[in-house]
Amino acid sequence: MKKLVMSVVLVNLLAACASHPPAETPAPVTETAAPVAAPAPAAPVAVDPLNDPASILAGRSVYYPFDVSTVQEADKPLVQAHGKYLAEHADRKVRLEGNCDERGSNEYNLALGQRRADGVKKMLELSGAKAAQMESVSYGEEKPRASAHDEAAWSQNRRTDLNYAK
Amino acid sequence: MRFLRHGLAAVLLVYSSLAAAVLEIEIIGAGENQIPIALVPFGGDEKLSAEINGIVAADLQRSGLFRLVDPAGKSPHGVEEVDYADWQVRGADALSIGQAGVLADDRIEVQFRLLDAVKQIDLGGHAVSAAKGQVRAVGHRIADLIYEKLTGDRGVFSTRIVYVNRQGPRYKLIVADSDGYNEQVLLSLNEPIMSPAWSPDGSHLAYVSFENGHAAVYVQSLYTRQRKLIANFEGSNSAPAWSPDGALMALVLTRDGSSQIYLVRPDGSNLRRMTFSGAIDTEPHFSPDGQHLLFASDRGGSVQIYQMAVSGGPAERMTFGGGNNYSPRYRHDGKAFVFTHRENGRFYIATQDFESGQMELLTAGGWEKKPSYAPNGKLILYASEGRGRGILATVSSDGRVKQNMFTQSGDAREPVWGPLP
Repeated sequence: MKKLVMSVVLVNLLAACASHPPAETPAPVTETAAPVAAPAPAAPVAVDPLNDPASILAGRSVYYPFDVSTVQEADKPLVQAHGKYLAEHADRKVRLEGNCDERGSNEYNLALGQRRADGVKKMLELSGAKAAQMESVSYGEEKPRASAHDEAAWSQNRRTDLNYAK
Repeated sequence: MRFLRHGLAAVLLVYSSLAAAVLEIEIIGAGENQIPIALVPFGGDEKLSAEINGIVAADLQRSGLFRLVDPAGKSPHGVEEVDYADWQVRGADALSIGQAGVLADDRIEVQFRLLDAVKQIDLGGHAVSAAKGQVRAVGHRIADLIYEKLTGDRGVFSTRIVYVNRQGPRYKLIVADSDGYNEQVLLSLNEPIMSPAWSPDGSHLAYVSFENGHAAVYVQSLYTRQRKLIANFEGSNSAPAWSPDGALMALVLTRDGSSQIYLVRPDGSNLRRMTFSGAIDTEPHFSPDGQHLLFASDRGGSVQIYQMAVSGGPAERMTFGGGNNYSPRYRHDGKAFVFTHRENGRFYIATQDFESGQMELLTAGGWEKKPSYAPNGKLILYASEGRGRGILATVSSDGRVKQNMFTQSGDAREPVWGPLP
């Protein structure tokens, strides 16, 4: 009755991740208040930096080591840039969604994911964002981005997503 | 520390199919002293008798405490027809006999007697009846009566369990009989459901649902199916637990910062904060006398089990040593608790006695989480994995008998054993 230790518990959760933007690509372009009449192939005026794939703001996820909830050095410039953006765009709102890998209990992971999201929220606030622009929530281990049961998947799942309201 | 010895006894497979679901139960290991019992076919309705005795047999075998002796064609229905010496020769210490039938009002009824073949005495008779269609309930009741008479412990075959089934993005909150049959879907959502908790009388379930975009706590009646949102503060609202008298619930909220434990009435009123650690405090569970709470906290660095008085005051750390410990629950007598132990990347089901403070591992380790005691303290239900899926499993409190329950499809998660009916 030998068993594979870390063999599969969870199956086929890709669909559950569909609402998250993938890590490496910018979020879908949202319509903003700047009405440009032309389809604008390379409109230089009034481009929302949030929609610029070359901007640091294109990064919308912060990653963590196992059981860690503080923003890592490497991700601090990203969070600070979003904080500055929110300070300059008081009408924008962002949802901070904390996630965990599947190790631990569901409830502990829910708490850990909330602590991750709250940590990002605090850093955004220090960078100028207002509390009213942000909401922090946790999905714990319930909405994994990667469904495999190894470190490659887990490292993708330990993160906080910055989800801007459309 | 003792590990379940794998492969020490027969592996028994019970295949059974119902209209609604296919369930497969795999039993590994056996109790130290099994009682050999013959379930003699009842007189009367033969088909009903076979169906009922099949359920009784499966229940008794799952407990690990019984061994079935083949009646081999013998079918006495009255005490006067029983040749005790003959049953002793066959190796049966006990036998059940009786009559099964459908009454005039369509109810099914079994009249049965339990006999001690060694002492050659009648251990008593019972009439068990139920509405048509409740054959499984009749079987479980008879199994309970036999179990209670021959082991001296309360039977739990008539109890129910709750768990979450996850299939892709679909989450279902499912209530089933303790053997996994008779599934009823209480709630079905395209958002996560977690942490179901039985009210002490089994009439309601509290749980966490993400349908509002974040974790919020609901209470739902099993009878009317009506739901009430009882905690929906900013952040996460989770980990509901009922006090034994049903008058209070413990919850975990992040509305004031980190995950902390609060008490509230089941209607959502009279909220008061219990812990002030600034760390993660979660998974509260009330002691059977309602005086204490066990919970998991990372206040000391690693995640460990703590206990505190419901009246307030400091918390005492209960688990030490390596690894992390999660999801504590008291045994029905309050003298021990069960929890998830994590060490070197493996998850185990473990128990600890309050007096000795000794941790005992009941499973071999792997992906075993979220244990809860049966109301008699003899079995523990938990979430495990098998064949690439999340499954339900039970282990006897001495670690000797293990059972894997493969329910239909998807992943079974977050099981909790319900109270006595």
